[in-house]
Amino acid sequence: MKTLKEIPCGKTVKVTKLTGEGPVKRRIMDMGITKGVEIFVRKVAPLGDPVEITVRGYELSLRKADAEMILVE
Amino acid sequence: MSVKIALAGNPNCGKTTLFNALTGSNQFVGNWPGVTVEKKEGKLKGHKDVIIMDLPGIYSLSPYTLEEVVARNYLIGERPDAILNIVDGTNIERNLYLSTQLMELGIPVIMAVNMMDIVEKSGDKINIQKLSQKLGCEVVEISALKGTGIQKAAEKAVAIANKKSVALPVHKFATEVESVLEQIELKLGSDISEEQKRFFAIKLLEKDDKISAQMKSVPDVTEEIAQIEKEMDDDTESIITNERYVYISSIINECYSKNKKEKLTSSDKIDKIVTNRWLALPIFAAVMFVVYYVSVTTIGSWATDWVNDGVFGDGWSFFGISVPSIPSMLESGLIAVGCADWLQGLILDGIVAGVGAVLGFVPQMLVLFVFLAFLEACGYMARVAFIMDRIFRKFGLSGKSFIPMLIGSGCGVPGIMASRTIENDRDRKMTIMTTTFIPCSAKLPIVALIAGALFNGSWWVAPSAYFVGIAAIICSGIILKKTKMFAGEPAPFVMELPAYHMPTVGNILRSMWERGWSFIKKAGTIILLSTIFVWFTTYFGWVDGQFRMLDDMELNHSILAAIGNTISWLFIPLGWGDWKSAVAAITGLVAKENVVGTFGILFGFAEVEENGAEIWGTLAGSMTAVAAYSFLVFNLLCAPCFAAMGAIKREMNNAKWFWFAIGYQTLLAYVVALCVYQIGTLITTGAFGFGTVVAFGLVALFIYLLARPYKESNTLKINLNRVAGAKNM
Repeated sequence: MKTLKEIPCGKTVKVTKLTGEGPVKRRIMDMGITKGVEIFVRKVAPLGDPVEITVRGYELSLRKADAEMILVE
Repeated sequence: MSVKIALAGNPNCGKTTLFNALTGSNQFVGNWPGVTVEKKEGKLKGHKDVIIMDLPGIYSLSPYTLEEVVARNYLIGERPDAILNIVDGTNIERNLYLSTQLMELGIPVIMAVNMMDIVEKSGDKINIQKLSQKLGCEVVEISALKGTGIQKAAEKAVAIANKKSVALPVHKFATEVESVLEQIELKLGSDISEEQKRFFAIKLLEKDDKISAQMKSVPDVTEEIAQIEKEMDDDTESIITNERYVYISSIINECYSKNKKEKLTSSDKIDKIVTNRWLALPIFAAVMFVVYYVSVTTIGSWATDWVNDGVFGDGWSFFGISVPSIPSMLESGLIAVGCADWLQGLILDGIVAGVGAVLGFVPQMLVLFVFLAFLEACGYMARVAFIMDRIFRKFGLSGKSFIPMLIGSGCGVPGIMASRTIENDRDRKMTIMTTTFIPCSAKLPIVALIAGALFNGSWWVAPSAYFVGIAAIICSGIILKKTKMFAGEPAPFVMELPAYHMPTVGNILRSMWERGWSFIKKAGTIILLSTIFVWFTTYFGWVDGQFRMLDDMELNHSILAAIGNTISWLFIPLGWGDWKSAVAAITGLVAKENVVGTFGILFGFAEVEENGAEIWGTLAGSMTAVAAYSFLVFNLLCAPCFAAMGAIKREMNNAKWFWFAIGYQTLLAYVVALCVYQIGTLITTGAFGFGTVVAFGLVALFIYLLARPYKESNTLKINLNRVAGAKNM
């Protein structure tokens, strides 16, 4: 099982599970990253973090530390 | 009878544009009581009795962010007659997520699907009739930018608000979830009306820690939660969120069809360059250079100089016609009517100078606010956070903190005001508190004075001032984020990068004016009062046992000198315990460059150069180099000038936070100056005493505060009653 953090730019993946709890998890889910949704990893910021992804038709940026909570396939 | 309509929607969905179009100039802008969240209210054009309340832009009604808590407390507590839910048509899936939550509140909802012009252009289709039927509310197509459809949306909202009806949500979740919700609804007390039951049931199921404050009796639902969590193998909060998106996906499939041809939008093309791995930082530097150059170095500073030196100084010329300054006009007027000296002084040096101090900052600020409004509205500001996040988050700051700090190197006042662009409450407060550590242009004369008088004009003094400022920001960030004051606010960085678009001139000018005016109104009072206070204590005092007004050169008899004498012992451990330095530090609060002038007067010079060259010798004779550097550090870091304090007060919007900020800055300045003096003296002279021990103790404490472990909080701590009880400004 991989986390979103390990996915290179340009790949599309599907979310299988979200780990963790509390505000960060809720915010991630509020923004539309839920089980079964497809995520396209668009790019990494110039300094290596955060990452930019496309989810549910819009662009979202999140830190790699938080991307680790998202299990994908 | 008046009706209230709440305008709710995601950030970046065109809510501000719609609000401006609906209300025109009938707006009232302020803050929600006690918090830094902006509150806007206005009257609908052509309907005097319809009040539109612009809620903060939010993604959800979770209990974790200040904006969301403020918005939902208003919706639950004040119960507007209708909600106008604005939805971005180009991003409908995520926007509907908030809609499903708004519809559970029992308040009738009208949905306005915005940016329809862009949707049509891209070839996508939204079936409005079907959407309306599925969601159980009326849906109107609009384009806030072009002004199409907004009249219709407003009329529908007014009509439904006038009915004073209630609305029951139509959407349903999975059967397991529905049956649990039903069980919880049965347990709810009679204080909760039928139409609100679903909302409260869901919040209880989600284990929402803020909801019990809104209820008379809180039923115990742990059993239901345990049951469904076991059944669905997830926590209830995630179950509900999942269910919402499952429901939205089912609607989207039926009502929304995407243009098959996937092609790059112009926004994508811009982003390819602007946030490109190699180009992003140079572009960012170029944008920042332009902002700084125009608003600080050129136009902004010309405008400020014109107000300060022309309108409130020596007069100015209007196409060759010389116009006398306001003070000189007033002065001749006052002399003509034979006004008493002290009254003349009060009016000219107290009140007019105070008003000048407030207004002097405004032109520069307006120039800066135009830039900020543009950068925010076009979408680049979000990219700034994206690019700079890596550096700033380590100190508990946002990537957007870069802009306030950059501007702060010119002037701290617009710098503090620029922190408004930071949406996260904790990052914003932290930025407000630390921005003035950067040496602003008014502090440079102090640096020049100390460098010239005691360090032979050494090259390293000025850079070291910036180094001290930056170090103070970094250390404060790390220390403060671990303190009780800040630990209560979780700050996940999950940020939307909105599509680029060209903002309208009207919106930018309005945003500029709102921010500028709020500075004049909220910060103006404190600046004016403090200027008058310092004027009074400077020009009045006892000479030979007689209380009277003083001349410029009699400062040593003033009340201020007496105050300086009384508190100067405080600065003995810092190495500059004589009253003159203390007085100079106090006058520095009016404007930092006054420190130099005050020293000049106290050393017997009526007028000195900006860098105080005349008094270098005298100053060098009155303190050691280490003491002088300690004096410099203290003045760089301590409470900023009154204008900046006014800006801090305006932006914190909370007395406790204001005093915490000022207190922290002064304490830090004191501690650092003390350590500089004591340890510096130990190194230069080898003198070891009690003060040295204290200094080492403070350094140890400082290191402990920097290094101590820390855990991010999971709840938002906020005084709910204050926010809930918020009616009007």
